[in-house]
Amino acid sequence: MSLWEYANPRKFMATTAPLVPVVSILAGLCLAAGLVWGFFFTPDDFRQGSTVKIIYLHVPAAMMAINAWAMMLVASLIWLVRRHHVSALAAKAAAPVGMTFTMIALATGALWGQPMWGSWWEWDPRLTAFLVLFLFYLGYQALWAAIEDPDSAADLTSVLCLVGSVFAVISRYALLFWNQGLHQGASLSMDAEENVSDVFWLPLVVSIAGFVLLFVALVLYRTRTEIRARRLQALEARERMA
Amino acid sequence: MNALLLRDLKLAIRAGGGFGLALAFFLIVVTLVPFGVGPDTALLSRIAPGILWLGALLACLLSLDRIFALDREDGSLDLLATAPIPLEGVVAVKALAHWLTTGLPLTLAAPGFGLLLNLAPGAYLWLTLGLALGTPALSVIGAFGAALTVGLKRGGLLLSLLVLPLYMPTLIFGAEATRRGAEGIAASTPLALLAAISLFAVALLPFAAAAALRVNLR
Repeated sequence: MSLWEYANPRKFMATTAPLVPVVSILAGLCLAAGLVWGFFFTPDDFRQGSTVKIIYLHVPAAMMAINAWAMMLVASLIWLVRRHHVSALAAKAAAPVGMTFTMIALATGALWGQPMWGSWWEWDPRLTAFLVLFLFYLGYQALWAAIEDPDSAADLTSVLCLVGSVFAVISRYALLFWNQGLHQGASLSMDAEENVSDVFWLPLVVSIAGFVLLFVALVLYRTRTEIRARRLQALEARERMA
Repeated sequence: MNALLLRDLKLAIRAGGGFGLALAFFLIVVTLVPFGVGPDTALLSRIAPGILWLGALLACLLSLDRIFALDREDGSLDLLATAPIPLEGVVAVKALAHWLTTGLPLTLAAPGFGLLLNLAPGAYLWLTLGLALGTPALSVIGAFGAALTVGLKRGGLLLSLLVLPLYMPTLIFGAEATRRGAEGIAASTPLALLAAISLFAVALLPFAAAAALRVNLR
């Protein structure tokens, strides 16, 4: 029994078929619990008032926006090294999900920034880095859409994902050099001295779990759709040949 | 490899090669900016470093799709891929030829265009140095983008979407060096970082570009 057995599309489909509804329901429960708890049963912050509650959407979405790209990077590497089609399709499936999380993070950040910083948008390193991440997602998906041959598309997008990851990291540090930050630093780290209070932290953790599960559910669902689409193409091609 | 470099240079310089187009485009961008923001010399002098770098970057972008597209159309790219020199070397030489025909002229012309935008006197040296150090990165990153999109019918627009985000660190450090020069602050830190990006891009990206070319030639 090895992990690579799941690279077989048939095995992957059989294993994920019962998993998708379970993960989806768990994601829904966690999201509902985290958001309801966060929105209605936590106190207002003494300086930010009720705007602090956007944290339950903003932080998990931002975390998953980056993690989705990291997952695409791993999947692309697996495709380039071991040529497992499921891996390439999973990377393709994750891109729109990651892009949507990036958009959620940018939009909720703007909504929070307007009352708190007095502007919808600031050229802060973190904000700008997210805008650039959004552009990377756009380019990645556009390249997938532009190439007809599925294997070439998988190869080229994987190479782009690898190079893009390196440049995304460089850009992140170049931006720190470029402008001073307005965005607050990390306040959820396990090892930090001063962190966000437990009152806000506990519902936030539930909400983060919900976003992780939502991402897994959506990616599984979309990967299954991609595999089915690939099978349909194969069937159609066979019919034309006959 | 020398023969390939000479061939690419000749093709670029002789009629129809597009040599000089990048320079003309750069000039037009620099000319249009005062129409957009007004002829206030103080304002122009403040935004000149950014405009000059942005203009050079866009001018560079303009000629990127020529790096491989023409060779693919007439089949010489297939011959180059089966030639005894490694494909990584072909990519590096073609990026070098692109730099010699766009990056270098842009670098040499930029101080003249800086006069048009009333660039601060202290910035000319840093602008030229920065462009000299930064444009190789633009050419190599562009060659990678061109290799990714060479198989596409209308790859030009996609090419800019893919390449421009990759240009961001180069632009940040390059414009920062010029701005620091204009303000009279030491500009060696951004210049060193700019050189680092160029060296890194020149060392690694030919491999990625060659991998992409192999996929496209399959």
